[in-house]
Amino acid sequence: MLHSMFSNHLPTFRHGIHPPQFKDDTKDKPIRHFPFAPVMVIPLAQHIGKPSVPVVREGQEVVRGQLLARADGFVSVPQHSPASGIIKKIGRVPGITGKMVPGIYLEPFPGSSQEVMEGRPVDVETATADDIIRAIQDAGIVGLGGAAFPTHVKLKIPEGKHADTLILNGAECEPYLTTDHRVMLEQAPDIMTGLRYLLKATGAPRAIIGVESNKPDAADNLRAHIPPDLPVTVELVEVKYPQGAEKMLITALLGREVPSGGLPIDVNAVVVNVATCAEVGRLLPRGRGIQERVITITGPGVEKKGNYWIPIGTPLRYVLEQAHAAPDINRVFLGGPMMGTAVSSLDIPITKGTSGVVAFRDAEAFARQNKIYPCIHCGACVEACPLFLNPSKLGILAKFKEYHAMASEYHLMDCFECGSCTYVCPSHIPLVQYFRMSKLVLRNEKAKKIHV
Amino acid sequence: MEKKIELLLSSSPFLKQQEDTPAVMRQVIYSLLPAAAGALWFFGISALLIMLTAMLFALLTEGVYNKLTGRANTLRDGSALLTGLLLAMTLPPGIPLWMVALGTFFAIAIGKLIFGGLGSNIFNPALVGRAFLQASFPVTLTTWVAPGNGLSFMQWRSAAFTLPFVREKVAAVSTATPLSMMKFEGQLTPFKALFLGNSAGSLGETSALLLLLGGIYMAARHYINWRIPTALFATVIVTASALHWLNPETYAPFWFHLFSGGLMLGALFMATDPVTSPVTHRGCWLFGAGIGLLVVVIRTFGGLPEGVMYAILLMNGVSPLLNRIAQPPIYGDPAKFKKNEAHNE
Repeated sequence: MLHSMFSNHLPTFRHGIHPPQFKDDTKDKPIRHFPFAPVMVIPLAQHIGKPSVPVVREGQEVVRGQLLARADGFVSVPQHSPASGIIKKIGRVPGITGKMVPGIYLEPFPGSSQEVMEGRPVDVETATADDIIRAIQDAGIVGLGGAAFPTHVKLKIPEGKHADTLILNGAECEPYLTTDHRVMLEQAPDIMTGLRYLLKATGAPRAIIGVESNKPDAADNLRAHIPPDLPVTVELVEVKYPQGAEKMLITALLGREVPSGGLPIDVNAVVVNVATCAEVGRLLPRGRGIQERVITITGPGVEKKGNYWIPIGTPLRYVLEQAHAAPDINRVFLGGPMMGTAVSSLDIPITKGTSGVVAFRDAEAFARQNKIYPCIHCGACVEACPLFLNPSKLGILAKFKEYHAMASEYHLMDCFECGSCTYVCPSHIPLVQYFRMSKLVLRNEKAKKIHV
Repeated sequence: MEKKIELLLSSSPFLKQQEDTPAVMRQVIYSLLPAAAGALWFFGISALLIMLTAMLFALLTEGVYNKLTGRANTLRDGSALLTGLLLAMTLPPGIPLWMVALGTFFAIAIGKLIFGGLGSNIFNPALVGRAFLQASFPVTLTTWVAPGNGLSFMQWRSAAFTLPFVREKVAAVSTATPLSMMKFEGQLTPFKALFLGNSAGSLGETSALLLLLGGIYMAARHYINWRIPTALFATVIVTASALHWLNPETYAPFWFHLFSGGLMLGALFMATDPVTSPVTHRGCWLFGAGIGLLVVVIRTFGGLPEGVMYAILLMNGVSPLLNRIAQPPIYGDPAKFKKNEAHNE
């Protein structure tokens, strides 16, 4: 806010990039419901943390919204049934990385009305902060922005800290994605209800909803829905990638820097995605668990581009069929194009962390950009990195496998892999890809040491 | 969807800015074109031959090296062509062509390839070539001819085709550059002649205006880091003005330093070479300021009238050090928080 006082520019962070948006195809498409796939695939770990533990058995009939697997400890969330049907198998299912992971196969009943099972409602007036946090865990809610971190863990303020601001993240800075945009346009009442729960859970006295200025309609709609007694403001922030990263949004809205290696709560902030908040506002008053989420299906390889309510566990193949994907698509990725994941198989399912499905068919354009030139030290990456790291130097160190120097002298572990450096590099050096690998090597080394 | 779908796997990001390194090199070459055209206007066909020779031998040297060492073809990245053209711009219009060829070979082979090729060299290759020529043929490299204009395009200005190592033939009508006139005779060249280019000098030294056109374009399109020339100009203005204020009789005013000799060419096209300059912004400020200071010191107190080349080469040498000490604090740097805490207590 300080920034905006001294200039006409909208609040933002320093550095960052301006990739093309590609949002026009879907931003005006209202969220539509999606049919149930003949077989649903439900991985037990759709979140960061311990996998959930199945509480159903093979052959059992389940109702939509029924608990399938319980949380295992605090940093874990349960899974609920996305449809009424029968448990076909509990075993290994294809995961997003291409590996087989523990999960459940569910066959929905074709003729079922698919009524959702109601649970025990949580009244925001009478519930305590801990009641709400537990209810959010019981509803299986994770960060829907893409990270899939259990939301209740974030809301639990550690001893000795306090939150003075709750930030709702409506930046949606990833190109192609329009789910949060549509949620803010269509689910404002749910967001406001969710905010009441979140404010109570965190004890924060106020909330700010940060929206990138390319969604003025969403901001206006939210403002129009703010109840008079709710301490909420809506702020526009500059359209810049990665504005939706927690740290970047905190800096834009509060002018604070989250310390290296720290969490938002270290600067008295808690950040929750708008769609996650809407989910809290929808599920908690009815005591339900999460069974579907809003996903943008788009890209040059898809005919019926749009925003859809898709049941968790719907296989990608079914999703693309329903969206009339071209038969010659050759690249499909989950999430946005900057931080998303290319999939190796269409058998993997939509999970709680899937914010978009983008399909491409342009092999030619893709191959053209593959030639890698030597680093000419132009510094474009240095000017792009939102964390003020030196990707050029890190890239050179990675090439020489100097992983420890990367971490100890050049702050490799701070990198949250936004990919801005790779985006701008004129020599097409896969910088962020090097960094991911380097971090993996270091993590594996650390893990080995503990076991020895 | 009966057909089997084959999926390409890759790691995000899937979007890329489309401008690649060869495109950047091309743009820098285009930015040099106004000044190159100026050289043609002032020095006629000899300038053209020098530029063509330098570019040809730059490509030849790198091409043959690639063949001999079995490397992939790197000629398309445009950097050899750029080095050749830049070297040509630093040479006097009366230089024999065989010296141009030899200097270009040295620039590419010793200035760039032995370090490992594009991106690995420490010193600006074009300036390495120029320094080599200056050390080997000091008389030729400091023999200047007066600029003409487009009307005398076909007029030969030198013995361009003298054979290698035959006695150097000095051009009949030689003249002094503004810098040596200032240094050795205390004579100041008028601003207009310096700015527009109607003064003696190397091919690319004459017109500050044409060089600035290219420089502003490159800075606006982010092909160069504007902090380097800005810091350089600012330092030259401050130090030269201070000297001039102390003794206006002996020391030239700042505009003379800015627009004479190789300063514009060096500041905009040589000092900004990304490979041999720092990557961090702070490093670029220091780098530019260091060059500016050295230029004024060498020109004023050194034995040579011109010091841009040595100033840039010297600063090239400390560029890795600058990168190291001028690393900006990262986002959320723990040091920032310690300071805050100390304040609060």
